[in-house]
Parts: sequence; structure tokens; C-alpha cells
Amino acid sequence: MARVRVQEAPFDAGREIAAMTNGRRDVGAVATFVGLVRDSNDGAAVRRMTLEHYAGMTERALEAICDEAHSRWDILDVRVVHRVGPLEPGEAIVLVAVAGAHRGEAFAACEFIMDYLKTRAPFWKKESTPAGERWVEARESDDEAAARWAEGGGPA
Amino acid sequence: MVTVLYFAGLRERLGCGREQIPLPAGTPTVGAVLDWLRTRDGRWAEAFAPERAWRVAVNQHMADLATPLKPGDEVAFFPPVTGG
Repeated sequence: MARVRVQEAPFDAGREIAAMTNGRRDVGAVATFVGLVRDSNDGAAVRRMTLEHYAGMTERALEAICDEAHSRWDILDVRVVHRVGPLEPGEAIVLVAVAGAHRGEAFAACEFIMDYLKTRAPFWKKESTPAGERWVEARESDDEAAARWAEGGGPA
Repeated sequence: MVTVLYFAGLRERLGCGREQIPLPAGTPTVGAVLDWLRTRDGRWAEAFAPERAWRVAVNQHMADLATPLKPGDEVAFFPPVTGG
């Protein structure tokens, strides 16, 4: 299966991990992150969320982030699955799974990929709230989280 | 000509997702395209006002105002991203 996928359909994190590690005997650690749709944001109830993306550039940006993770850490494989279209609270939006020989590099690479995805991959969230629809604003804290990795650094 | 794409809130504010525009004369850059769009229509001037945050990509790679353009390029303007 492709290392990076953008899809409307739900994903099964267990299946993705199994597909990545099946038949391998060199993997000692798999670190995963799953992002879910929350039922509230910035003080408003969220009834539904719709994710838009820039087809083509999204896949390119995600591939570039995975390449960067491979160049920074000694990891064995990566999977990124990101959903688009309408999503309900409680549904999973994104999966990042990183396989490595040891947990330290797998954890670090997984966090790095998420931080870069949130600031570099062209996705946009629109929330449906009781007051109407609104586009989610980018957060400064996301830029700060991504900036921690500049020049080979990592979280303090 | 270059293809210009708009995404998310920017697309809605402009009421336009995709258009073809002439490549500006001289040394064409993203900045020159933006200047042309701003003077063409008030909605573009408002959407790209100095206080508004936006990003640009050329041929699906992140770019900036100085990025040069050639005929057939795809220029995409969009708000700061909010995936994940």
C-alpha cells in the first residue's frame, strides 16, 4: 500500500500498522498518532467538519515530509493516511505510523511528521457550529511546534 | 497564460476557484500576478489586503512573492493550512 494516502473513507489503524510491518523482523517499535474530530473548538460546539485539500500538492507535501523524517532519523517505514470530506465528531481524521528498530526514533519521527503536516500540508478545516459554518484559523502554537524541529532540533 | 487556483476561505471570499490570467509583462513573478489581481477587482484587493494571512504555491511547491513564473504555471493561493 502507498506510504501516503488522502481519502474520504475511514481507515483502520490496526490494519495500516499490520500492512506496514507484515513479514518484517527488523521492526522493534511502531509509534502512531491518530487525530480525531473533537465536538468543540474555540468555545463552540462542532456538529460536523469538512476537510478540503489541494489534490496533488497534498500528496507531494506529505511525501516530502516523510522523506525528511527518513533523512533525520534511522526509521524503517512510515504511513500517513489523511481523510478529506465531511467528518463527524469522534471520527478519525489522520493517522501517522512510524516503524523503527527502537522507540526513541519512532516517537520523534512521528511527532515531527505531525508537526510538519499541520503547517505544510494543504488541508483546510471548515466547522459546522450552531452559529453557522466557519473556517478554522491556523494556530500560532502549530507554527511554534513545527519551528522546534528547525536545524535538526527537537522538542525541549 | 497561467492558471490561478484559490482554496478554502479565500475561494469563498473571491467567489472563484480557478481562472486563467495573462502572464504579466516584464519579469513575471508571483508578486506581479498579485499586483495585477489586486488592481483588477476590489474583491481581490480586499482578500489580499496587508492584514490578511495567505500562502502561495507554484506548481504545487510552496513559493513566495519573488518566485518567477513562466507560461503554463499553476499558481495557488490559500489561507494558512489547518489539517491534522
